[in-house]
Amino acid sequence: MSDVLSLIVAKYNYWLYVILMMIGLYGMIAKNNLVKKIVGMNIFQTAIILFYVSVGYKRDATIPILANAHDAHGATAIHAADYINPLTSCLMLTAIVVSVATFGYAMALAVRIYQRYQTLEEDELRMRLSEE
Amino acid sequence: MRFFAFIVVCLTGALLLYGTGEFPDWGDPNSPASLHLSNYYIENALNDTGAPNFVTAVVADYRGFDTMFETAVIFCGGLACFLLLRDFREKKDHYYRHIPTGVILHVKDSQKPLTIGKEFGYMDKDWVPPDLIIKTVCRILIPFIQIYAMYVVAHGDYSPGGGFQGGVIFGSSLILLAISYDLKTLVKRVKERVLGIFAAAGVLLYAGIAALCMLMGGNFLDYSKLAPLVPWNSHHNIRAIGMLGVEIGVGIAVMAVMLIIYINIVSEGRHDEGL
Repeated sequence: MSDVLSLIVAKYNYWLYVILMMIGLYGMIAKNNLVKKIVGMNIFQTAIILFYVSVGYKRDATIPILANAHDAHGATAIHAADYINPLTSCLMLTAIVVSVATFGYAMALAVRIYQRYQTLEEDELRMRLSEE
Repeated sequence: MRFFAFIVVCLTGALLLYGTGEFPDWGDPNSPASLHLSNYYIENALNDTGAPNFVTAVVADYRGFDTMFETAVIFCGGLACFLLLRDFREKKDHYYRHIPTGVILHVKDSQKPLTIGKEFGYMDKDWVPPDLIIKTVCRILIPFIQIYAMYVVAHGDYSPGGGFQGGVIFGSSLILLAISYDLKTLVKRVKERVLGIFAAAGVLLYAGIAALCMLMGGNFLDYSKLAPLVPWNSHHNIRAIGMLGVEIGVGIAVMAVMLIIYINIVSEGRHDEGL
């Protein structure tokens, strides 16, 4: 029992991201409303961002900005272990931007669907579509 | 359906959690992700680029191509919203509010709309009386938010920040204006044409700086070739200056696209009334 508990504590960032990701996946599969599906997709993307950023974390390290870069002596020796991994943050900057673009586009599509069919519920939409 | 979805989600989650058993512990300095490429960036970013912020150095210099097309993705997102939603048809009937008496006028089929001023005000179905506290607080706050956004863009090389973040802050300050007053106030101050030009100009500024490097005899996005253009710079950080220019382009594009998406979605493309 304590083995399992220590395993969870050592890797709790992965547990959090899996839980968040599954909430998003459930929203995308089970919800009937299109806007709720879009929000589910956004939660899913956020979970992946959380995963990447937590992978880049190092114990006893600080943010990836060089300290004392403009002192008179400058930074003489830079130890990579003192700074967290900047690469994951960069990749997630890309992911955030793409998620904003997809979210805006999905919302625009939802507005158009509502304008045409006066509903955002999936079952009603299917009914309207079969009537046409 | 719900039950089925729940089962699928539980199975996927269990599979993912099973996979994490092989992953490095949280905060492990020797995890594979932190051993190979990132150490090079941390140790050499200042010498290579002159920017103490490693994230900005990687985003705007080492991975400059990626960021350029990322800006193009944002631009395409705004363009898609515009093309899907924009509706140029004028509305036939207008509502006006006679300010001294509070009477609401409903004008049908008018070719000549009433002039908005001291006597008549706009009215629409979502109109609520303006709240003095909210309007005053927002009017005081918005300029400071915008100055902070410019600070975030300008100091992207030295402190947390950069073009995307600053652009989003600037865009949200203008969205705050639209929420606290109404959409017409925003659309009157920030014309749609200006937004479109800004969104394209941001991407063009990025690509233009990159092409300028080529004209100066270097590779695409090789900022070090820009040095003859800034002769007064004596700090040997010409790459950081090139990154700043690029980040300004990104900030402008992101700000304009945020507003294009917001205005088109809340007013269903008619740019007249909305949140």
